[in-house]
Amino acid sequence: MTGPHFGFIAASYGIGFVVVAGLILWTWVDHRVQTRALKALEAANPRRRSAR
Amino acid sequence: MLRRGRLNLMTIPARRLAPPCGMTSASPMGLISAVSSLANPARFNAFASRATPWLVGATALVLGAGLYQGLFVAPADYQQGETVRIMFLHVPSAWLGMMGFVIMAIASVGVLVWKHPLADVSAKAAAPIGAAFTFLALATGSLWGKPMWGTWWVWDARLTSFLILFLMYLGLMALRSAIEEPSRAAKACAILTLVGSINIPIIKFSVDWWNTLHQPASVIRAGKPAMDSSILIPLLVCALGFTLLFLTLHLVAMRTELIRRRLRTLRITTAAAAFVPEPAE
Repeated sequence: MTGPHFGFIAASYGIGFVVVAGLILWTWVDHRVQTRALKALEAANPRRRSAR
Repeated sequence: MLRRGRLNLMTIPARRLAPPCGMTSASPMGLISAVSSLANPARFNAFASRATPWLVGATALVLGAGLYQGLFVAPADYQQGETVRIMFLHVPSAWLGMMGFVIMAIASVGVLVWKHPLADVSAKAAAPIGAAFTFLALATGSLWGKPMWGTWWVWDARLTSFLILFLMYLGLMALRSAIEEPSRAAKACAILTLVGSINIPIIKFSVDWWNTLHQPASVIRAGKPAMDSSILIPLLVCALGFTLLFLTLHLVAMRTELIRRRLRTLRITTAAAAFVPEPAE
C-alpha cells in the first residue's frame, strides 16, 4: 500500500477513524449522561418511575 | 392504534399493539404486525436493549473483515492504483449519508401522517449519524479526487448535490435546536426533511443527467456491476459493516432520545407539582 499516494489513503482512513470514533464516543457518552440523569431524577421522585 | 396528541413515552403498555389472536410472525400479516408492534416505545426499548450487544458484535466482525480485505487483500486498480482503497471508505459513507436521509424522510411521513412520537425520535436520532457519514464521504472524496482528478473539489452536479445533502443535515439539526416546543420542532423538521428528500434521486441520477467529473454508478446500475469481484466483494462487506454500525448507533441514539424526552416530561411534572400559587387577596 506504499506509493506516491500513500498520504491520501492514510489521511482518508485517519479522518474516517476520527469521525467514526467520535460518533461512537458521542453516542455512548450521551446515552450514559441521560441514563444517569433519569436514574437521579427517579431516585429523587420515587413515586414516578419509567414503565418497563 | 395510538392516540393522537401528547403521549407519555415509555409508559405505553406493550399489549396495546399486540398482534390479534391467531396471527403469527410466520404470515406476512404477522410480520407486519410484529414490525408495527416495535412502534410502541416500551417494546422498542426492550427490543433495542436486547439487539444492541448482538449488533455491536456483528458490526465489529463484518467491518473488521471488510476493512482488512479492502486494505490488505484487494488488488490495486489497473487505472487508479492504490488510491482505490479510499473507495472502501468513501462509497459506504456516501450510501449511508443518503440512507440516513431516506430513514428521516420515512420517519417524517410517520410524524406528519400518524403523529407517532417514535417516528420523530427516529428522525432526530438519524440526523447527526447521517451528517457524519455525509461529511466523511465529502472528505474522503476530496482526498481521492486530488490524486485522480488533480483537484480537491469541482462544482459538478454529483459533488454539489452531495454538499447540499450535508447542508440539509446541518440545517435540520439547527432548526430542531431553534424550536423549543418538541411537537412544533418535529412538524417543522418533518416538512423540511420531505422537501429536502427530493435531493436524494438528484444525487443518485446526477451522473446520468449531467456531464460530471464524478464517475457514473458502478455498483447499483442496470446490468452487472462494473468492477471485478476481487474489489466488489470487499466493498460490499465494508458497506454491510458500516450499515450495521449505522443501525447500532441509530438504535442507541433512539433509546437516548426516549430517555431525554422522559426526563423532560418528569422535570415538567416535578416543577408543576412544586409550584404553589399564591392565594388571591
